[in-house]
Amino acid sequence: MSIINDPRVVEFNIRTDEMLINMGPQHPSTHGVLRLVLRTDGEVVLGAAPHIGYLHRCAEKIGENLAPRQWVPYTDRMDYLASMNMNLGWALVVEKLLQLEVPEKGRHLRVLVAELNRIASHLVAMGTYGLDLGSFTPFLYAFREREKILDLFEQVCGARLTYSYIVPGGVTGDLPQGWLQNCAQFLQELEPVVDDYHALLTSNAIFIKRTAGVGVLPGEMAVNYGCTGPVLRGSGIDQDLRRDGEPWYTSLYDGYQFAVIVQKEGHYPQDHDYPAVPAEAVLGDCWHRFYVRMLEVVQSMDIVRQALDKYAAAAGDCGTPIKLNHKLPPGEAYLETEAPKGQMGFYLVTDGSAIPWRVRARSSCFANVSVTSELCRGCLLADVPAIVGSLDIVLGEIDR
Amino acid sequence: MVRERFPDQVRYASCVEHVIESAAVAEFLVHTLSLPAPLAYLLAALIHCGFILGLVAAGAVVFIWAERKVSGRIQDRLGPTRTGGKFGWLQSPADGIKVLAKEDLIPRAADRLLFRAAPYVSFSSSFTAYLALPFADGWVAFDTNVAVFFILAVLGLEVFGVILAGYASGSKWSLFGAMREAAQVVSYEVPLGICVVIPVLLTGTMNLTTIANMQAGWCSNWLIFHDPFTFAVFWIYATCALASVNRAPFDLAEAESELVAGFMTEYSGMRWSLFFMAEYSSMLLVSCLAVILFFGGWHGPIPVFDWLGWAYPGGASSWQLTGFLANLAGCVNFITKAVIGVTVMLWIRWTLPRLRIDQVMTMCLKYCVPLAAICFIGALWWQVAGWWSPNHWLPLRPDGPGGMRETWVVAPEAACGEVARRLPWADSAPPHGAARRTLPGCGLAGPPAGWRTGSPAAARGGVQ
Repeated sequence: MSIINDPRVVEFNIRTDEMLINMGPQHPSTHGVLRLVLRTDGEVVLGAAPHIGYLHRCAEKIGENLAPRQWVPYTDRMDYLASMNMNLGWALVVEKLLQLEVPEKGRHLRVLVAELNRIASHLVAMGTYGLDLGSFTPFLYAFREREKILDLFEQVCGARLTYSYIVPGGVTGDLPQGWLQNCAQFLQELEPVVDDYHALLTSNAIFIKRTAGVGVLPGEMAVNYGCTGPVLRGSGIDQDLRRDGEPWYTSLYDGYQFAVIVQKEGHYPQDHDYPAVPAEAVLGDCWHRFYVRMLEVVQSMDIVRQALDKYAAAAGDCGTPIKLNHKLPPGEAYLETEAPKGQMGFYLVTDGSAIPWRVRARSSCFANVSVTSELCRGCLLADVPAIVGSLDIVLGEIDR
Repeated sequence: MVRERFPDQVRYASCVEHVIESAAVAEFLVHTLSLPAPLAYLLAALIHCGFILGLVAAGAVVFIWAERKVSGRIQDRLGPTRTGGKFGWLQSPADGIKVLAKEDLIPRAADRLLFRAAPYVSFSSSFTAYLALPFADGWVAFDTNVAVFFILAVLGLEVFGVILAGYASGSKWSLFGAMREAAQVVSYEVPLGICVVIPVLLTGTMNLTTIANMQAGWCSNWLIFHDPFTFAVFWIYATCALASVNRAPFDLAEAESELVAGFMTEYSGMRWSLFFMAEYSSMLLVSCLAVILFFGGWHGPIPVFDWLGWAYPGGASSWQLTGFLANLAGCVNFITKAVIGVTVMLWIRWTLPRLRIDQVMTMCLKYCVPLAAICFIGALWWQVAGWWSPNHWLPLRPDGPGGMRETWVVAPEAACGEVARRLPWADSAPPHGAARRTLPGCGLAGPPAGWRTGSPAAARGGVQ
């Protein structure tokens, strides 16, 4: 091949070579231990290959040696930013296998803590996204509010991060005295702060410049890659398991009013006066993924408010956790729930003993991170953290 | 050495002569303490060096502490509170000791010599620039007629240290950081240069002492209020200065979320902290430069010391306590303004996300350069046409309104006036506000005849 036909020869005799760069597993903005191998030409990223497995802890294999109740703490450590939702997914699938219904009060309590944890998870996503873009302050503002949620959870179950609160059959304990008032007060405090977040990030000119039109994930591609959660909804696909899931899961939300946060005819369903979609933003870009999360915070606040009322009105107890030696009927069960990061599925095969024969977790982040190489092709080096951050991955869930 | 009537003529003198000539300290030592002159000059030079190094180092240390406190308050937390008792005021020295005690790691892939040299290049260039920076009337180590030039040039050298560091580290992230810094700083020097030239154009001198002294009096006399173009150009200067000292939102060279720590990735211990100090001292430097060029330097918003009659009068020939006190207050005034500038930089850093490299370059080439050029032409036009300037709002000196309005003779302004007179629309009547001027086109107030234009000592020197 003559030198003229060599595509790497840009002019005269100057050859620009590609450079391989390891971004991670020790890198400030790969959200844990994700390793991205970037093929770069100057600042332009020609290709990005995510490498995972640095946080693999054999959680599924361990699940085949433990009773369902004992495996709950392992689910905590999957998406450790939304442990309640992980607990909930596992508890529901075991209950589905056992065909065990939790009482009304327990149902509302589960919605309450799961949605609170969704707020906490989205706050972290928002704060760390600010960090990825070089803005440090929103991170601390987000953590300040998240801290209050952790305080609430600490009152509930004594733990601040790994709750193991929702267990198959019920919860480890009912809410303490005065908790509902504390929670209502927190929601009141959070409401005005959300405006601050929008002022600092969503409507910030530099933020829009960095995110709008960057890492555009078309809806079709999102479906093909199995993306779920805010990533999918940010691409304009109207799907939320809380509404569209299996009845075993959606029955949890019976009687709750909420609108799925997705852009329809150029508008998001919102009753607040939050910043409008900027002209530069393309459906499916980083800005939309971020915005969906921000609106879901408000949506979850609304659901929590409803749950507070319903919980207070419900009579009875919150359910009784199953025993460790509870025999599991032979069979299998699979259930997907809407975790903050996407659809978290648990699969369970039993052979009649108290210990499952096979346990499997279907991670939403695993599917979400798989689009990284598609989105990062041809972007600039500075866009890589912006794209990875907008996918909001947690490596604990990907690697399990 | 020839000293003409025009203080802005280039004087051909060595640095040493300048240092000695401008040394009020030396005069104090000779006159008050009756020391022999050579010893006094030597002592004065040492004191000057110590002053500058100490002030700048202390400034950097204070700013590092201030950054922690300011960022803490901005982020709804306290920042350091315990180190050294109240307010964590010992935090920076404690950090310094920690950094000193750290192992000085040099990666195996690094070019050892360049790797070691790079921090010194950065550090010394940003410190050297302070040589030409006056802190008050005549309080300058190296009173030169090309001070603006000198500071920009020496500050520009800082980027060499960064490029060296990036190249010598043998790390891809460092290389990225260095390349970004090179592209960014080199680009932003262009609009920065244009911005700095505008006050130079208005005052007709590159001597920072003179530029500041020409803005004496009320704050309406500050150059930022001279005309709309100087007002606009200050903001361009602020942007470019932020970019050229690598502060957020332009801190791409050390963008921690993208490049780990950019060119500093492989550095540790004292070498790392030298880069850090260089960054903070250049922050202070561009802020000081802005104060002198746009905000009257040490001349406060209200000319208190002129009313009191404490400021050195024109043609003062000896050290006076009142003059010294006026200078001291001026110095405090000057540093206060500069610190406000730095605080704004901190504020911006902790508020805004970071731009992308292409956006940074676009901003420079597509917006800053053309806007600065337009402002340059606009300010020139304003000056040539001799239009009204907010400088005429308030009387400037206690010696009567318009006392300062006398032509402050500078060759460029005379040329401007000449051009203005030949403009087709120029009539014989002087333009508005020009009645008090002998030449049209001198929009800027200059000091009255006999008013010192350089350093006090220089003015006192007379023709030699």
